[in-house]
Amino acid sequence: MLLYLIRRVLYAVPIALAVGLVCFMLVQIAPGDPINAIVPADAPQEVVEQVRRDYGLDKPLPVQFGLWLGRVVQGDLGRSLATGRPVTADLVPAVANTLTLALVAAGIGFVLGTLLGTVAAVFRGSLLDKAAVGLAAAGVSVPHYWLGMVMVVLFSVTLNWLPAMGAGPGGSGAWAWDWAHAQFLVLPAVTLSVIPMGIVTRTVRGVVMELLNQDFVTTLRGKGLRRGGIALHVVKNAAPSVLAVMGLQLGYLMGGSILVETVFSWPGTGFLLNSAIFQRDLPVLQGTILVLAIFFVALNLVVDLVQTALDPRIRRA
Amino acid sequence: MSAPLVHVRDLEVRFVTRDATVHAVNGVSFDLAERESLCILGESGSGKSVTLRALMGLNPPRRTKLSGTVRVGGHDILAASERRLADIRGGTVSMIFQEPMTALDPVFTIGRQIAETVMRHEGLSRASADARALELLELVQIPSAKRRLAAYPHELSGGLRQRAMIAIALSCRPKLLLADEPTTALDATVQIQILLLLRRLQQEMGMGVIFVTHDLGVAGEIADRVAVMYAGKFIEEGPVRSLMRAPLHPYAQGLLGATVHSGMRGERLTTIPGAPPNLERVPKGCAFAPRCALVEEACLPAVPTFRSPFPGHAARCVRVRDAA
Repeated sequence: MLLYLIRRVLYAVPIALAVGLVCFMLVQIAPGDPINAIVPADAPQEVVEQVRRDYGLDKPLPVQFGLWLGRVVQGDLGRSLATGRPVTADLVPAVANTLTLALVAAGIGFVLGTLLGTVAAVFRGSLLDKAAVGLAAAGVSVPHYWLGMVMVVLFSVTLNWLPAMGAGPGGSGAWAWDWAHAQFLVLPAVTLSVIPMGIVTRTVRGVVMELLNQDFVTTLRGKGLRRGGIALHVVKNAAPSVLAVMGLQLGYLMGGSILVETVFSWPGTGFLLNSAIFQRDLPVLQGTILVLAIFFVALNLVVDLVQTALDPRIRRA
Repeated sequence: MSAPLVHVRDLEVRFVTRDATVHAVNGVSFDLAERESLCILGESGSGKSVTLRALMGLNPPRRTKLSGTVRVGGHDILAASERRLADIRGGTVSMIFQEPMTALDPVFTIGRQIAETVMRHEGLSRASADARALELLELVQIPSAKRRLAAYPHELSGGLRQRAMIAIALSCRPKLLLADEPTTALDATVQIQILLLLRRLQQEMGMGVIFVTHDLGVAGEIADRVAVMYAGKFIEEGPVRSLMRAPLHPYAQGLLGATVHSGMRGERLTTIPGAPPNLERVPKGCAFAPRCALVEEACLPAVPTFRSPFPGHAARCVRVRDAA
């Protein structure tokens, strides 16, 4: 098992490298010269060249990539073109905020989705099943930024129950686990949880339904096991596929909350990306995308390992 | 007089869906004494597996409509609650399935799947249940049993998987063992081993056994009595020797005629023309009449009653002479 673990981790390295290359290239391919964002439009040519040299933008692309990669590995993601501050100084708290939001949203979505999906599968064809399927379809189809705005109108503006934007009192970005801060989390987390809830509901429903039709469930009934005993078998059989979907969804939540973070002014990576795009702040853009992509790779690795631990049929050779 | 181990009267099983009602079993009656073995023969869809499952209430509960009387070891199966049934299943009566690959949980070890049954019914601790699991694997002659306890189903061969399945079924010393085509999915050489094992275990443990199969060889090997099933009814029932040597019902004769046995080189196999009836509608007369070469006027108005030319051997055919 240890050997397998080491090998799976090593497999992830080339993937991470490729991700880095894509991040680097994406920015190069984007139209527009980032220099224009730094120097005034009427600056003399020598100044432009000087700035270009300072940022290393005059070297051939492979060299730029090598230099960039060397710095990235040491935790240096460069300096923001807009503010001049190191990218990591803004990125680390943003990642922490996004992670908080994503984990809470995933928690809500996964728990509700699992419950709904299980109930739907056990009582297939019943009204409960139809309600769960309908809810899941709605969750997946409703645009979440729109839902976010509706929630703001309803719970912040009309009912005045919850704050509409920010991540803490006084607009501070510092997060703490108390109600003063947690109330800021409620609306964005619920908004974000709707899609994973829908997808997990459908997955769990499908997987559990298929399992309940398997011969071995008849064997378990034939052995005299009661509901609880059978449920244990179903859970262990369902876990690998359900966890794979959950891992993917958590990944999407990390990277895909740009719109929702913008709607709620949540100071996370989505918010950061959004402003970086508008300001053509390439180092910030690159750094953020890279960190999110690495997160995705790491999540997939974890899901793989958990699946292998749970399902003996996946070879560990 | 002691009550028989199994007592079935007028068992009917219907599967009700929105589109159709399938009359899978249409009035089956039989008794099984303790230590006796009965083989139910029939082709696919004749209702033999459904009959077997009805004996332990294993047909899908929501879609199944049952009527008649089924008593197993003194328990009224049709009246029992799901809770009560769970106590009876695995304890008093247990079942071996056709395909051991899909009938075993793929992500639990063999040892665990045996032990959980013992723990469920006999309340043993985990350690003593594991010890019992080891004994059972040795009982069903699985080599290096200790190592096999930790194996998953996919790591075993078909024959070993079926042995493990038998070990699970026998784990709580049931009085009645039901076997649903236990050798159909296995290689020919392994089939014989499994049959011999089952016969030995039946004698050692003194169980009643009901076998379901479409394989006449299996029936001859293990059964005291044979019942032939067609379109949800027993159409012939008798001692294995008498039934195999001189079947009474044209369907049973056709079934035997369609089988290869020694000493028939150069002879043609006879087949039964046509297909079994659609069980969405129950035929009024003899269900086999449309395929029967010997059909006559008397076959059509009503289902023929059992006629018995010799004691213990009877068939539902108007052509059979009734000695009683």
